[in-house]
Amino acid sequence: MVAVLTVIALVAGFVLAYVNSVTAPQIEKINAENLAAGIKAVMGSDDILVSDPEEIDAFTSYSVSDAQGASLGKAVVSTSNGFGGPLKVLVGFDNEGTIKGYTVLEHAETPGLGAKAGEWFQDKILGKNPGSCNFTVSKDGGDIDAITASTITSRAFLLAIQNAYDKIIAGSDATTSATTQAKEAHQCGAEGECADCQAEGAECDSTHASKGEGKDCCGKCKE
Amino acid sequence: MVNGIIKENPTFVLLLGMCPTLGTTSSAINGMSMGLATMAVLIVSNLIISLIKKLIPDMVRIPSYIVVIASLVTVLQMLIKAYAPDVDKSLGLFIPLIVVNCIILGRAESFAAKNGPVASIFDGIGIGLGFTLGLTSLGAVRELLGTGAIFGQTLWGESYGMLMFVLAPGAFLVLGYLIVLFNKIFKKA
Repeated sequence: MVAVLTVIALVAGFVLAYVNSVTAPQIEKINAENLAAGIKAVMGSDDILVSDPEEIDAFTSYSVSDAQGASLGKAVVSTSNGFGGPLKVLVGFDNEGTIKGYTVLEHAETPGLGAKAGEWFQDKILGKNPGSCNFTVSKDGGDIDAITASTITSRAFLLAIQNAYDKIIAGSDATTSATTQAKEAHQCGAEGECADCQAEGAECDSTHASKGEGKDCCGKCKE
Repeated sequence: MVNGIIKENPTFVLLLGMCPTLGTTSSAINGMSMGLATMAVLIVSNLIISLIKKLIPDMVRIPSYIVVIASLVTVLQMLIKAYAPDVDKSLGLFIPLIVVNCIILGRAESFAAKNGPVASIFDGIGIGLGFTLGLTSLGAVRELLGTGAIFGQTLWGESYGMLMFVLAPGAFLVLGYLIVLFNKIFKKA
């Protein structure tokens, strides 16, 4: 009886170890490909040069430049504790620290709820700068709408991005005091709105008036 | 096989595997993914259990089954991750949940341990299909009531939505009504 159970457990152990040793390199390769594709996606360009990874505390940072060598910004891998396990986010910053894009690399959030983080925040954080924007959910007094019924995932997600910004972007070019001031002045969303009104031209006045955000969101709208 | 879809439907008649049933059916596609992933594991675990049933002494059969099932799920997850990354993206989240699904252990105990390999495979397909149908219909109703869409296709305006049906209370309510409906239709005799 004991012998049979031992044998079953042993066989199971060997099978697991064997399959793991066979699949691990392949999984590694796929993860690396996903990361490379992710960096291109979050920086919004296919034609880029990516530096070797730079490990800073818990973060992995990649400096990205265009084909001519001009710096485009940084792509940072940041991890925080989500609802169901670690939440690993790749986020792309331009040189000013404005978010160009993000993608969720790994997560164990609830399907149908927290797992929506990959799409949910796309139109909510792109073009915003964690330096001037309160990257916490609106329930906590922040500027970003949480995923409906997934506040914990949303908090974890925003924390991952804020941490990446604080450590990699703000820490690296010593603009911390400037960003703190901007945060106090609370200019969140300014850059995102700017893109809107430039595209829509004359309509921007009424749009912003109706949103109650004033007309001075950017130079173009002020006129 | 039909036995598993109607007479012993795991979701509506046996009421097995309620944890993933309630948890993953927030939309039709999620329900279907969970159902199909479970079916794959169920077929293989039924096959293996029915092959090794004579080797396992009665007293340690449950721990043996659990070791077999848990290893199987882990192996499956590693294989999918390595060789079918697209499948992993859509099903990956559901696979670890299968370990805690008592349908697998239930069928190992009540069917595979008493029947031959071929019959066990068909039992796995039948029960798996029944589970998939149950979860898909539950997910479809919840998605329709909760967000006004089915399989992600919005049927009426974006502004429509009763969030409660996507959340946990909706799962219990819809499951209850679907069980009533199912028994009304199939339990005549």
